[in-house]
Amino acid sequence: MEHIELFFKSVFVDNMVFAYFLGMCSYLAVSKKVSTAVGLGAAVIFVLTVTVPLNWLLDQYILQEGALTWLGPEYAEYDLSFLSFILFIATIATMVQLVEIVVEKFSPSLYNSLGIFLPLIAVNCAILGGSLFMQSRDIASFDLALNYGFSSGIGWFLAILAIAAIREKIRYSNVPPALRGLGITFIITGLMAIGFMSFGGMLTGGGEETSSLEGEGIGAQIDPTIETTETAEVSTLITQE
Amino acid sequence: MALLSKKDGKLLMDPLADNNPITIQVLGICSALAITAQLKPSIVMAISVMFVMGVGNVVISLMRNIIPSKIRIIVQLVVVATLVIIVDQVLKAFAYELSKELSVFIGLIITNCIIMGRFEAFALANGTWRSFLDGIGNAAGYGLILVIVGFFRELLGSGTLFGFPVLGDPVEKTGLYAIGYENNGFMVLPPMALIVVGIIIWVQRSRNKALIEEN
Repeated sequence: MEHIELFFKSVFVDNMVFAYFLGMCSYLAVSKKVSTAVGLGAAVIFVLTVTVPLNWLLDQYILQEGALTWLGPEYAEYDLSFLSFILFIATIATMVQLVEIVVEKFSPSLYNSLGIFLPLIAVNCAILGGSLFMQSRDIASFDLALNYGFSSGIGWFLAILAIAAIREKIRYSNVPPALRGLGITFIITGLMAIGFMSFGGMLTGGGEETSSLEGEGIGAQIDPTIETTETAEVSTLITQE
Repeated sequence: MALLSKKDGKLLMDPLADNNPITIQVLGICSALAITAQLKPSIVMAISVMFVMGVGNVVISLMRNIIPSKIRIIVQLVVVATLVIIVDQVLKAFAYELSKELSVFIGLIITNCIIMGRFEAFALANGTWRSFLDGIGNAAGYGLILVIVGFFRELLGSGTLFGFPVLGDPVEKTGLYAIGYENNGFMVLPPMALIVVGIIIWVQRSRNKALIEEN
Protein backbone atom coordinates (compact mmCIF):
# COMPACT_ATOMS: atom_id res chain seq x y z
CA MET A 1 0.00 0.00 0.00
CA GLU A 2 2.80 2.33 0.96
CA HIS A 3 4.44 1.63 -2.39
CA ILE A 4 1.31 2.28 -4.42
CA GLU A 5 0.70 5.52 -2.59
CA LEU A 6 4.27 6.73 -3.12
CA PHE A 7 4.07 5.77 -6.78
CA PHE A 8 0.94 7.77 -7.55
CA LYS A 9 2.08 10.65 -5.36
CA SER A 10 5.38 10.99 -7.22
CA VAL A 11 3.85 10.58 -10.66
CA PHE A 12 0.88 12.90 -10.34
CA VAL A 13 0.82 14.99 -7.17
CA ASP A 14 4.52 15.80 -6.82
CA ASN A 15 5.23 15.68 -10.52
CA MET A 16 8.83 16.77 -11.13
CA VAL A 17 7.94 19.18 -13.92
CA PHE A 18 4.54 20.50 -12.95
CA ALA A 19 4.95 20.83 -9.21
CA TYR A 20 8.66 21.65 -8.87
CA PHE A 21 9.79 22.73 -12.34
CA LEU A 22 12.73 20.37 -12.27
CA GLY A 23 14.41 19.45 -15.51
CA MET A 24 12.81 22.35 -17.31
CA CYS A 25 15.80 23.08 -19.53
CA SER A 26 15.84 19.78 -21.33
CA TYR A 27 12.06 19.64 -21.06
CA LEU A 28 11.81 22.79 -23.15
CA ALA A 29 14.70 22.07 -25.47
CA VAL A 30 13.99 18.47 -26.46
CA SER A 31 10.20 18.57 -26.65
CA LYS A 32 9.90 19.59 -30.30
CA LYS A 33 9.43 16.02 -31.53
CA VAL A 34 7.64 13.14 -29.80
CA SER A 35 10.25 10.55 -30.79
CA THR A 36 13.22 12.36 -29.24
CA ALA A 37 11.11 13.24 -26.22
CA VAL A 38 10.40 9.54 -25.66
CA GLY A 39 14.10 8.73 -25.90
CA LEU A 40 15.12 11.37 -23.41
CA GLY A 41 12.23 10.49 -21.11
CA ALA A 42 13.29 6.84 -21.07
CA ALA A 43 16.88 7.84 -20.31
CA VAL A 44 15.70 10.01 -17.43
CA ILE A 45 13.57 7.17 -15.98
CA PHE A 46 16.56 4.86 -16.15
CA VAL A 47 19.07 7.27 -14.62
CA LEU A 48 16.66 8.27 -11.84
CA THR A 49 15.86 4.64 -11.02
CA VAL A 50 19.56 3.90 -10.64
CA THR A 51 20.83 7.06 -8.95
CA VAL A 52 18.16 7.62 -6.30
CA PRO A 53 18.66 4.22 -4.58
CA LEU A 54 22.45 4.55 -4.95
CA ASN A 55 22.39 7.97 -3.35
CA TRP A 56 20.05 6.59 -0.68
CA LEU A 57 22.74 4.08 0.26
CA LEU A 58 25.38 6.84 0.31
CA ASP A 59 23.12 8.97 2.47
CA GLN A 60 22.35 6.17 4.92
CA TYR A 61 25.85 4.74 5.32
CA ILE A 62 28.16 7.72 4.81
CA LEU A 63 26.51 11.10 4.94
CA GLN A 64 23.88 11.23 7.68
CA GLU A 65 24.75 12.11 11.23
CA GLY A 66 25.87 8.91 12.91
CA ALA A 67 25.83 7.02 9.62
CA LEU A 68 29.45 6.00 10.01
CA THR A 69 28.83 3.85 13.11
CA TRP A 70 29.35 0.74 10.99
CA LEU A 71 33.03 1.69 10.91
CA GLY A 72 33.24 1.67 14.68
CA PRO A 73 31.66 3.45 17.65
CA GLU A 74 34.21 6.26 17.59
CA TYR A 75 32.79 7.48 14.26
CA ALA A 76 29.28 7.94 15.60
CA GLU A 77 29.56 11.70 15.98
CA TYR A 78 30.52 12.55 12.43
CA ASP A 79 27.96 14.41 10.33
CA LEU A 80 29.06 14.58 6.71
CA SER A 81 25.77 15.79 5.27
CA PHE A 82 27.40 18.97 3.97
CA LEU A 83 29.20 16.74 1.48
CA SER A 84 25.99 15.39 0.02
CA PHE A 85 25.86 17.76 -2.97
CA ILE A 86 29.27 16.77 -4.20
CA LEU A 87 28.81 13.03 -3.62
CA PHE A 88 25.37 12.95 -5.20
CA ILE A 89 26.49 14.81 -8.28
CA ALA A 90 29.55 12.59 -8.64
CA THR A 91 27.36 9.48 -8.56
CA ILE A 92 25.03 11.01 -11.10
CA ALA A 93 27.80 12.10 -13.47
CA THR A 94 29.34 8.64 -13.38
CA MET A 95 26.00 6.93 -14.05
CA VAL A 96 25.25 9.25 -16.93
CA GLN A 97 28.63 8.52 -18.47
CA LEU A 98 27.76 4.82 -18.19
CA VAL A 99 24.36 5.25 -19.80
CA GLU A 100 25.99 7.20 -22.61
CA ILE A 101 28.44 4.40 -23.33
CA VAL A 102 25.68 1.75 -23.24
CA VAL A 103 23.33 3.73 -25.49
CA GLU A 104 26.10 4.47 -27.97
CA LYS A 105 26.92 0.77 -28.17
CA PHE A 106 23.42 -0.67 -28.43
CA SER A 107 21.33 2.02 -30.09
CA PRO A 108 23.37 4.35 -32.31
CA SER A 109 20.22 5.88 -33.80
CA LEU A 110 18.94 6.89 -30.36
CA TYR A 111 22.44 8.14 -29.55
CA ASN A 112 22.47 10.33 -32.64
CA SER A 113 19.01 11.73 -32.08
CA LEU A 114 19.68 12.55 -28.43
CA GLY A 115 22.96 14.11 -29.45
CA ILE A 116 24.14 16.75 -27.03
CA PHE A 117 21.34 16.15 -24.56
CA LEU A 118 22.60 12.86 -23.21
CA PRO A 119 25.54 14.42 -21.35
CA LEU A 120 23.12 17.11 -20.27
CA ILE A 121 21.15 14.53 -18.27
CA ALA A 122 24.00 14.89 -15.78
CA VAL A 123 22.98 18.49 -15.27
CA ASN A 124 19.26 17.79 -15.51
CA CYS A 125 17.82 19.22 -12.33
CA ALA A 126 15.28 16.42 -12.17
CA ILE A 127 18.02 13.87 -11.50
CA LEU A 128 19.79 15.75 -8.72
CA GLY A 129 16.42 16.99 -7.50
CA GLY A 130 15.25 13.39 -7.13
CA SER A 131 18.19 12.60 -4.88
CA LEU A 132 17.87 15.80 -2.86
CA PHE A 133 14.14 15.30 -2.32
CA MET A 134 14.84 11.71 -1.33
CA GLN A 135 17.22 13.06 1.30
CA SER A 136 15.05 15.90 2.57
CA ARG A 137 11.91 13.74 2.77
CA ASP A 138 13.69 11.01 4.74
CA ILE A 139 12.59 8.14 2.53
CA ALA A 140 12.63 5.21 4.90
CA SER A 141 13.89 2.17 3.05
CA PHE A 142 15.87 1.06 0.02
CA ASP A 143 12.90 -0.26 -1.95
CA LEU A 144 10.93 2.92 -1.28
CA ALA A 145 13.87 4.91 -2.65
CA LEU A 146 13.92 2.67 -5.72
CA ASN A 147 10.19 3.19 -6.14
CA TYR A 148 10.57 6.94 -5.66
CA GLY A 149 13.27 7.23 -8.32
CA PHE A 150 11.33 5.14 -10.81
CA SER A 151 8.00 6.89 -10.31
CA SER A 152 9.47 10.41 -10.46
CA GLY A 153 11.07 9.34 -13.72
CA ILE A 154 7.68 8.20 -15.00
CA GLY A 155 6.19 11.54 -14.00
CA TRP A 156 8.87 13.42 -15.91
CA PHE A 157 8.42 11.10 -18.90
CA LEU A 158 4.66 11.75 -18.96
CA ALA A 159 5.22 15.48 -18.81
CA ILE A 160 7.69 15.66 -21.67
CA LEU A 161 5.59 13.27 -23.76
CA ALA A 162 2.50 15.43 -23.27
CA ILE A 163 4.23 18.71 -24.11
CA ALA A 164 5.94 17.20 -27.17
CA ALA A 165 2.60 15.96 -28.50
CA ILE A 166 1.01 19.35 -27.92
CA ARG A 167 3.91 21.16 -29.59
CA GLU A 168 3.67 18.96 -32.67
CA LYS A 169 0.03 19.93 -33.02
CA ILE A 170 0.40 23.58 -32.13
CA ARG A 171 2.63 24.09 -35.15
CA TYR A 172 -0.57 24.25 -37.21
CA SER A 173 -2.23 26.83 -34.99
CA ASN A 174 -2.19 30.54 -35.36
CA VAL A 175 -0.09 31.63 -32.39
CA PRO A 176 0.72 35.35 -32.01
CA PRO A 177 4.19 35.79 -33.55
CA ALA A 178 5.88 37.01 -30.39
CA LEU A 179 4.63 34.02 -28.42
CA ARG A 180 5.75 31.40 -30.93
CA GLY A 181 8.13 28.76 -29.72
CA LEU A 182 9.24 29.37 -26.18
CA GLY A 183 6.51 31.72 -25.01
CA ILE A 184 3.56 29.52 -25.83
CA THR A 185 5.36 26.47 -24.45
CA PHE A 186 5.72 28.22 -21.12
CA ILE A 187 2.08 29.14 -21.03
CA ILE A 188 0.89 25.66 -22.03
CA THR A 189 3.10 24.16 -19.35
CA GLY A 190 1.55 26.55 -16.86
CA LEU A 191 -1.93 25.45 -17.89
CA MET A 192 -0.92 21.79 -17.68
CA ALA A 193 0.50 22.42 -14.22
CA ILE A 194 -2.83 23.90 -13.17
CA GLY A 195 -4.48 20.80 -14.58
CA PHE A 196 -2.14 18.55 -12.61
CA MET A 197 -3.06 20.41 -9.43
CA SER A 198 -6.43 18.74 -9.64
CA PHE A 199 -4.64 15.49 -8.74
CA GLY A 200 -3.74 17.16 -5.45
CA GLY A 201 -6.59 15.64 -3.49
CA MET A 202 -6.22 12.23 -5.10
CA LEU A 203 -4.52 10.49 -2.20
CA THR A 204 -6.14 12.38 0.64
CA GLY A 205 -9.65 12.05 -0.70
CA GLY A 206 -9.68 15.82 -1.13
CA GLY A 207 -10.35 16.28 2.55
CA GLU A 208 -6.92 17.37 3.68
CA GLU A 209 -4.85 20.15 2.26
CA THR A 210 -1.89 19.09 0.19
CA SER A 211 1.33 20.63 1.35
CA SER A 212 2.61 22.79 -1.43
CA LEU A 213 6.15 23.94 -1.84
CA GLU A 214 5.59 27.23 -0.07
CA GLY A 215 4.31 25.29 2.89
CA GLU A 216 1.12 27.29 2.83
CA GLY A 217 -1.08 24.36 1.93
CA ILE A 218 -2.75 26.38 -0.78
CA GLY A 219 -2.81 23.48 -3.21
CA ALA A 220 -6.25 22.25 -2.27
CA GLN A 221 -7.96 25.58 -1.90
CA ILE A 222 -8.46 26.69 -5.44
CA ASP A 223 -11.87 27.15 -6.83
CA PRO A 224 -12.71 23.87 -8.62
CA THR A 225 -14.43 25.70 -11.46
CA ILE A 226 -11.19 27.42 -12.44
CA GLU A 227 -9.43 24.09 -12.58
CA THR A 228 -11.98 22.45 -14.79
CA THR A 229 -12.01 25.26 -17.32
CA GLU A 230 -8.23 25.27 -17.50
CA THR A 231 -7.99 21.51 -17.91
CA ALA A 232 -10.68 21.69 -20.56
CA GLU A 233 -8.55 24.29 -22.31
CA VAL A 234 -5.55 21.98 -22.25
CA SER A 235 -7.56 19.07 -23.56
CA THR A 236 -8.93 21.20 -26.39
CA LEU A 237 -5.32 22.12 -27.14
CA ILE A 238 -4.52 18.42 -27.30
CA THR A 239 -7.38 17.57 -29.61
CA GLN A 240 -6.84 20.63 -31.78
CA GLU A 241 -5.71 19.92 -35.30
CA MET B 1 31.82 52.09 -17.83
CA ALA B 2 35.17 53.84 -17.91
CA LEU B 3 36.83 50.76 -16.49
CA LEU B 4 35.54 48.55 -19.25
CA SER B 5 36.22 48.64 -22.93
CA LYS B 6 33.21 48.66 -25.22
CA LYS B 7 33.49 44.94 -25.90
CA ASP B 8 33.69 44.09 -22.23
CA GLY B 9 30.73 46.30 -21.47
CA LYS B 10 28.74 44.42 -24.08
CA LEU B 11 29.61 41.15 -22.35
CA LEU B 12 28.16 42.52 -19.16
CA MET B 13 25.07 44.22 -20.54
CA ASP B 14 23.93 41.88 -23.33
CA PRO B 15 22.59 39.11 -21.08
CA LEU B 16 20.36 41.64 -19.34
CA ALA B 17 18.11 42.02 -22.35
CA ASP B 18 18.73 40.76 -25.86
CA ASN B 19 20.65 37.67 -24.86
CA ASN B 20 18.91 36.97 -21.58
CA PRO B 21 19.74 33.50 -20.27
CA ILE B 22 16.16 32.70 -19.29
CA THR B 23 14.02 34.23 -22.01
CA ILE B 24 16.36 33.84 -24.99
CA GLN B 25 18.95 31.15 -24.26
CA VAL B 26 16.42 29.00 -22.35
CA LEU B 27 18.90 28.16 -19.61
CA GLY B 28 18.47 27.98 -15.88
CA ILE B 29 14.72 27.78 -15.75
CA CYS B 30 14.75 24.78 -13.46
CA SER B 31 15.38 26.51 -10.19
CA ALA B 32 14.21 29.92 -11.35
CA LEU B 33 10.50 29.26 -11.15
CA ALA B 34 9.92 27.45 -7.91
CA ILE B 35 11.30 30.10 -5.58
CA THR B 36 9.77 33.22 -7.07
CA ALA B 37 6.54 33.31 -5.08
CA GLN B 38 8.12 36.06 -2.99
CA LEU B 39 10.68 38.75 -3.59
CA LYS B 40 13.12 37.92 -0.82
CA PRO B 41 14.00 34.33 -1.82
CA SER B 42 14.24 35.50 -5.43
CA ILE B 43 16.88 38.07 -4.53
CA VAL B 44 18.82 35.66 -2.32
CA MET B 45 18.77 33.14 -5.14
CA ALA B 46 19.95 35.75 -7.63
CA ILE B 47 22.86 36.74 -5.39
CA SER B 48 23.83 33.11 -4.76
CA VAL B 49 23.84 32.35 -8.46
CA MET B 50 25.86 35.49 -9.15
CA PHE B 51 28.52 34.41 -6.65
CA VAL B 52 28.68 30.85 -8.00
CA MET B 53 28.81 32.02 -11.60
CA GLY B 54 31.35 34.78 -11.14
CA VAL B 55 33.79 32.67 -9.14
CA GLY B 56 33.09 29.49 -11.09
CA ASN B 57 33.71 31.15 -14.43
CA VAL B 58 37.03 32.51 -13.16
CA VAL B 59 38.13 29.12 -11.81
CA ILE B 60 37.18 27.24 -14.97
CA SER B 61 38.79 29.89 -17.13
CA LEU B 62 42.03 29.59 -15.13
CA MET B 63 41.99 25.82 -15.50
CA ARG B 64 40.84 25.76 -19.12
CA ASN B 65 44.18 24.66 -20.52
CA ILE B 66 44.75 21.79 -18.11
CA ILE B 67 41.29 20.18 -18.08
CA PRO B 68 41.20 17.11 -20.36
CA SER B 69 38.14 17.61 -22.54
CA LYS B 70 36.80 14.09 -21.88
CA ILE B 71 36.23 14.62 -18.19
CA ARG B 72 35.47 18.32 -18.30
CA ILE B 73 31.83 17.87 -17.25
CA ILE B 74 32.85 16.13 -14.05
CA VAL B 75 35.52 18.76 -13.34
CA GLN B 76 32.96 21.51 -13.87
CA LEU B 77 30.46 19.76 -11.62
CA VAL B 78 33.03 19.46 -8.85
CA VAL B 79 33.89 23.16 -9.08
CA VAL B 80 30.22 24.18 -9.00
CA ALA B 81 29.36 21.74 -6.22
CA THR B 82 32.16 23.12 -4.06
CA LEU B 83 30.99 26.70 -4.56
CA VAL B 84 27.37 25.74 -3.88
CA ILE B 85 28.35 23.98 -0.66
CA ILE B 86 29.96 27.26 0.44
CA VAL B 87 26.77 29.19 -0.39
CA ASP B 88 24.63 26.60 1.36
CA GLN B 89 26.71 26.63 4.53
CA VAL B 90 26.83 30.44 4.61
CA LEU B 91 23.05 30.63 4.23
CA LYS B 92 22.53 28.00 6.92
CA ALA B 93 24.76 29.97 9.27
CA PHE B 94 23.43 33.48 8.66
CA ALA B 95 19.91 33.11 7.26
CA TYR B 96 18.61 29.79 8.53
CA GLU B 97 14.91 30.52 7.93
CA LEU B 98 15.58 31.50 4.35
CA SER B 99 17.71 28.46 3.70
CA LYS B 100 14.87 26.26 4.97
CA GLU B 101 12.51 28.07 2.62
CA LEU B 102 14.78 27.58 -0.37
CA SER B 103 15.25 23.93 0.70
CA VAL B 104 16.64 21.82 -2.12
CA PHE B 105 16.77 24.67 -4.58
CA ILE B 106 20.11 25.95 -3.33
CA GLY B 107 21.53 22.50 -4.03
CA LEU B 108 19.95 22.61 -7.44
CA ILE B 109 22.13 25.60 -8.39
CA ILE B 110 24.67 22.87 -9.20
CA THR B 111 22.51 21.62 -12.03
CA ASN B 112 21.37 25.06 -13.08
CA CYS B 113 21.90 24.86 -16.82
CA ILE B 114 23.02 28.50 -16.92
CA ILE B 115 26.19 27.68 -15.06
CA MET B 116 27.19 24.64 -17.09
CA GLY B 117 26.07 26.40 -20.25
CA ARG B 118 28.30 29.41 -19.64
CA PHE B 119 31.25 27.23 -18.59
CA GLU B 120 30.96 25.27 -21.81
CA ALA B 121 30.20 28.18 -24.09
CA PHE B 122 32.42 30.87 -22.63
CA ALA B 123 34.80 30.15 -19.77
CA LEU B 124 36.47 27.22 -21.53
CA ALA B 125 37.52 29.46 -24.40
CA ASN B 126 38.14 32.89 -22.90
CA GLY B 127 40.43 34.74 -20.54
CA THR B 128 39.81 35.23 -16.86
CA TRP B 129 38.61 38.83 -16.78
CA ARG B 130 36.22 38.37 -19.69
CA SER B 131 34.88 35.15 -18.18
CA PHE B 132 34.26 36.93 -14.91
CA LEU B 133 32.29 39.67 -16.70
CA ASP B 134 30.35 37.08 -18.67
CA GLY B 135 29.49 35.21 -15.49
CA ILE B 136 28.36 38.31 -13.65
CA GLY B 137 26.41 39.53 -16.67
CA ASN B 138 24.54 36.29 -17.18
CA ALA B 139 23.81 35.89 -13.49
CA ALA B 140 22.47 39.45 -13.50
CA GLY B 141 20.23 38.69 -16.46
CA TYR B 142 18.97 35.62 -14.65
CA GLY B 143 18.49 37.56 -11.44
CA LEU B 144 16.62 40.32 -13.26
CA ILE B 145 13.96 37.89 -14.51
CA LEU B 146 13.76 36.30 -11.05
CA VAL B 147 13.21 39.67 -9.42
CA ILE B 148 10.59 40.73 -11.96
CA VAL B 149 8.66 37.48 -11.54
CA GLY B 150 9.03 37.60 -7.75
CA PHE B 151 7.87 41.22 -7.67
CA PHE B 152 4.66 40.60 -9.59
CA ARG B 153 3.84 37.32 -7.89
CA GLU B 154 4.28 38.73 -4.40
CA LEU B 155 2.54 42.03 -5.17
CA LEU B 156 -0.48 40.53 -6.92
CA GLY B 157 -0.58 37.33 -4.89
CA SER B 158 -0.21 38.53 -1.33
CA GLY B 159 -0.24 42.33 -1.69
CA THR B 160 3.15 42.60 -0.01
CA LEU B 161 6.76 43.36 -0.98
CA PHE B 162 9.55 41.83 1.11
CA GLY B 163 6.75 40.80 3.47
CA PHE B 164 5.57 44.40 4.06
CA PRO B 165 1.98 45.14 3.05
CA VAL B 166 2.01 47.82 0.35
CA LEU B 167 -1.56 47.77 -0.85
CA GLY B 168 -3.26 48.18 2.51
CA ASP B 169 -4.63 45.61 4.92
CA PRO B 170 -6.89 42.93 3.41
CA VAL B 171 -8.53 42.17 6.77
CA GLU B 172 -9.11 45.75 7.91
CA LYS B 173 -10.09 46.76 4.36
CA THR B 174 -7.77 49.74 4.13
CA GLY B 175 -5.93 51.16 1.14
CA LEU B 176 -6.78 49.52 -2.17
CA TYR B 177 -8.86 46.88 -0.42
CA ALA B 178 -11.31 49.57 0.65
CA ILE B 179 -12.48 49.95 -2.94
CA GLY B 180 -12.99 46.22 -3.44
CA TYR B 181 -9.53 45.03 -4.54
CA GLU B 182 -8.78 41.37 -3.77
CA ASN B 183 -5.51 39.47 -3.66
CA ASN B 184 -5.18 36.97 -6.47
CA GLY B 185 -4.25 33.85 -4.52
CA PHE B 186 -3.59 32.11 -7.79
CA MET B 187 -0.38 34.10 -8.28
CA VAL B 188 1.25 32.36 -5.33
CA LEU B 189 0.73 28.91 -6.83
CA PRO B 190 3.61 27.36 -8.81
CA PRO B 191 1.94 27.29 -12.27
CA MET B 192 1.63 31.07 -12.35
CA ALA B 193 5.42 31.39 -12.42
CA LEU B 194 5.43 29.72 -15.81
CA ILE B 195 2.68 31.94 -17.09
CA VAL B 196 4.36 35.12 -15.80
CA VAL B 197 7.62 34.14 -17.52
CA GLY B 198 5.61 33.38 -20.66
CA ILE B 199 4.18 36.88 -20.54
CA ILE B 200 7.64 38.42 -20.02
CA ILE B 201 8.82 36.55 -23.13
CA TRP B 202 5.78 37.80 -25.01
CA VAL B 203 6.43 41.41 -24.07
CA GLN B 204 10.13 41.19 -24.83
CA ARG B 205 9.64 39.63 -28.24
CA SER B 206 6.89 42.04 -29.18
CA ARG B 207 9.29 44.91 -28.51
CA ASN B 208 12.18 43.32 -30.38
CA LYS B 209 10.90 41.58 -33.50
CA ALA B 210 14.32 40.13 -34.30
CA LEU B 211 13.93 37.66 -31.46
CA ILE B 212 10.76 36.03 -32.77
CA GLU B 213 11.13 32.31 -33.46
CA GLU B 214 10.07 30.64 -36.70
CA ASN B 215 7.80 28.18 -35.03
